[in-house]
Amino acid sequence: MERSLRQAIIVDHYQNPYHKGLVDDDRGEYIKNNTNSVSCIDNVDIMYKIKDGVILDIYFDGEACAISTSATSIMIHTLIGKTVKEARSYLKNYEAMIEERPYDKELLGELNAYEEIYLQPNRKKCALLPFESLKKVLDEIEEN
Amino acid sequence: MHREDFPMLKQDIVYFDNGATSLKPQVMIDAMVDYYSNHTANIHRGDYDAAIKTDALYDEAREVVKNFLHAESSREIVFTSGMTDGMNRIVFGFMKYQLKPGDEVLISKAEHASCAIPWYVLQEELGIVVRSVPLDSEHQLTIQNLESMISPKTKVISLSHITNVIGDVRDVEKIGEIAEKNHIYFVVDAAQSVSHVPVDVLKMKASFLVFSGHKMLGPTGVGVLYGKMDLLSKMRPLCYGGGMNEFFESTGEYKIREVPTCFEAGTPPIAEVIGLSRVIQYIESIGVENIHKHEVELKKYLVSELLKIPNIVLYNKSSESGILAFNIRGVFSQDTAVYLNHYHIYIRAGNHCSKMLKDDLNIKNTCRVSMHLYNTKEDVDKLVLALKNSEDIFKIIL
Ligand SMILES: Cc1ncc(COP(=O)(O)O)c(C=O)c1O
Repeated sequence: MERSLRQAIIVDHYQNPYHKGLVDDDRGEYIKNNTNSVSCIDNVDIMYKIKDGVILDIYFDGEACAISTSATSIMIHTLIGKTVKEARSYLKNYEAMIEERPYDKELLGELNAYEEIYLQPNRKKCALLPFESLKKVLDEIEEN
Repeated sequence: MHREDFPMLKQDIVYFDNGATSLKPQVMIDAMVDYYSNHTANIHRGDYDAAIKTDALYDEAREVVKNFLHAESSREIVFTSGMTDGMNRIVFGFMKYQLKPGDEVLISKAEHASCAIPWYVLQEELGIVVRSVPLDSEHQLTIQNLESMISPKTKVISLSHITNVIGDVRDVEKIGEIAEKNHIYFVVDAAQSVSHVPVDVLKMKASFLVFSGHKMLGPTGVGVLYGKMDLLSKMRPLCYGGGMNEFFESTGEYKIREVPTCFEAGTPPIAEVIGLSRVIQYIESIGVENIHKHEVELKKYLVSELLKIPNIVLYNKSSESGILAFNIRGVFSQDTAVYLNHYHIYIRAGNHCSKMLKDDLNIKNTCRVSMHLYNTKEDVDKLVLALKNSEDIFKIIL
């Protein structure tokens, strides 16, 4: 992906994030996860609605940098409607891309915007932030 | 001023993160290297030349700190590992035994974590009540607001001399007077004030005062706890071991030594204490008043320049120190810090360990410029230029 295209995708998702703003979860259908970590000042809440192995809905909110905000927005846009199994596959390939291992470029689509983030090692954790949250939530579901 | 004294400044950088830690002058580095290269020895235990020299320097350091703080006696100076260590000793070695359930401690929402969490833990353990003095519209503490919070239950006022995000210089002399009149302990966090403004423990009538070496051009791993003699003699050590005991027997009998030795169990940070002492002498040779004047002038210049840039938000224009918190409108603080790093301008983004301030600022994270004596107008100009050109920010950081 061209650098200018990568920048455009990231800036677009940062300035017009998808599904930003939390929803009222009166019926307790969502799992909520907070990404607050000591190594990073980003503080994002992500809410997942997952039923019968399918991701039905995701929302997020919080204050975060351009990279993690946009990555969260793209992740949400990509994963809604996918199965948990498919989500695992995105997760695996995305992590491989960030960590400079072989990965399925076709599959990742807009997420390829972070394909060169490894050039700024201290920003890798920003790009990984939403996917770490996803991983925790998927692990939690599997354990139960 | 004195840029040539700081080896880090040989690099092409603008260092504006002094609130986190300051740069170190060569004289301090030399003093520590000399200890490690030429007279390594433990203190209080040797009869050979190197040990005698080291002992003398360690003892002299206490005297140097005492004079720097205008304390009455060098026995009121305890070396710690830093401000946080000192604060915890005050809360858990002294206050825990002096305060009673229902007693009130006054702090503010602008305090650093180290000035808030120990009190909250004691609140949980002991049932004391921690209350925050409201800040004014500029997020500063006023004497009027402080006085309005004082009641017969108030037993402690625990405040920073200079806060680390807003940078307001509290009127510690007035606060000390109020505290004394009302028989209240006055605990001063001088982490951001030593080496930036004069610190005189007698004038501010401080019961206790704490700071770290590393923010005042000195080494990491060392700090100072000042306490009035009659209070230190009631404080309990939190750490026991060698160096601080007079004797101990297999029967379990032991006797601990006098203040301040009883608070320095184990081998202290010897090189760091020597470095701290050397750096205080360096600071005194320049004059703290001169440093303060320089920083205030530089901040005024920075503010006047930033006010010309429409998309910059300033949070503490008026405070009289070298600290300025800002944001580029619509840009997350960390992205700004990454952008400025591209121009080798070092600032800090985040909540700066003052997480309660968000209630007052209505924003969690800011960029913070914090100055010291070596910052210059040219540093400010470089920062201003970078911020002027910040429409390009995403092209640069992505
Ligand atoms: C106002 C204030 N108090 C206390 C501290 C704690 O100092 P240290 O981390 O050296 O113990 C800091 C450090 O950031 C500070 O800015």
